[in-house]
Amino acid sequence: MNSAIQRPPTGYTHTAIGLHWLIALAIAGSFALGLYMHELPLSPQKLKLYSWHKWAGVTIFLFVLLRLTWRLTHRPPALPAGMPGWQRSAAEATHVLLYLLMFAVPLSGWLMSSAKGFQTVWFGVLPLPDLLQKDTDLGDLLQQMHMLLNFTMAGLVVAHAGAALKHHFLDRDEVLARMLPFLGKSKNGERK
Amino acid sequence: MKFRLPGLALAAILTTAPAAHALEFNQYQHGKSSLAFVYKQMNVPVDGQFKSFRAKIAFDPAKPAAAKAEFEIDLASVDAGSKDANDEVAGKSWFNTKAFPIARFVATSIKPLGNNRFEVAGKMSIKGKTQDLSTPVTVTQQGNSATFDGSLVLKRADYGIGDGVWADFGTVANEIQIKFRLVASAAAAK
Repeated sequence: MNSAIQRPPTGYTHTAIGLHWLIALAIAGSFALGLYMHELPLSPQKLKLYSWHKWAGVTIFLFVLLRLTWRLTHRPPALPAGMPGWQRSAAEATHVLLYLLMFAVPLSGWLMSSAKGFQTVWFGVLPLPDLLQKDTDLGDLLQQMHMLLNFTMAGLVVAHAGAALKHHFLDRDEVLARMLPFLGKSKNGERK
Repeated sequence: MKFRLPGLALAAILTTAPAAHALEFNQYQHGKSSLAFVYKQMNVPVDGQFKSFRAKIAFDPAKPAAAKAEFEIDLASVDAGSKDANDEVAGKSWFNTKAFPIARFVATSIKPLGNNRFEVAGKMSIKGKTQDLSTPVTVTQQGNSATFDGSLVLKRADYGIGDGVWADFGTVANEIQIKFRLVASAAAAK
């Protein structure tokens, strides 16, 4: 690594791969839970699910913080050499937006909870400060915002995953395999 | 030094006079009174309040034993923190406001604890269940009016508030922290 200061590494670190998939799974789970729970009639179950969703949001936020720190201190591998410029720009923009949204989505949820008058108490133990005073109208607005940010993120995730699959199956490069090491090994055994 | 407003009392005696007793606070002031509570769901404290309630108070700090206090709450006026919660709480498993619209507290004894604090004991009736309840109340006199502040913990299960699926305290805790402020002024001289 020390010898290749100028050139990017050929793969992601185990930490980067682990954080990517851990956060991906957690986001998918929380997204599905959010969609499911908000239509439920009020019940103890609903209150539980809301709390779990909020705990998950705080946890994901912290993992994203860790991940961003890791990303800023560890250079990712370069994109395949032959990629057209617009695809590089699109990939770059998607990644930046996804990082922004990974922060914005839980933040909007936290603000929305505050405005609706329901504090976030992480795992039922650690109360997070309420950033906003109770204000029902603002709470409803932030709920719309939380939803909009979520669907924007979902759209970007679809684009992100679609692009990864395109790289794997159409371009037949290593972009997906770098994030899914077992794929690389089974496809072309002599991959470094 | 229970008797803290000699000047005012004197004025009252001079202007009124049929009975030469001290100030009796007996004109309940709804606008200045409040009844709030905090309950915990999933360990999250949620603020609520009642908007419609009334009290009958007759309180002379010098004669607490003779004091009277009665308190009624229109349970349907609850704000439990959100619209969903308000609809739910009016329903059968919580207050069942259709069958039991009013909660009532009647004081049976008021004892001085010193320092303008009084122990108020009485009977609380909610949802057809009556329980003994007592709470310390701090009385603050200001001019012609007195403020009665108190807080207590009420256990919802004692009154069957939140039964059925809600009976488990794991989501909504049994203890409800209640905070009240009642204001009454002394009757103007007749």
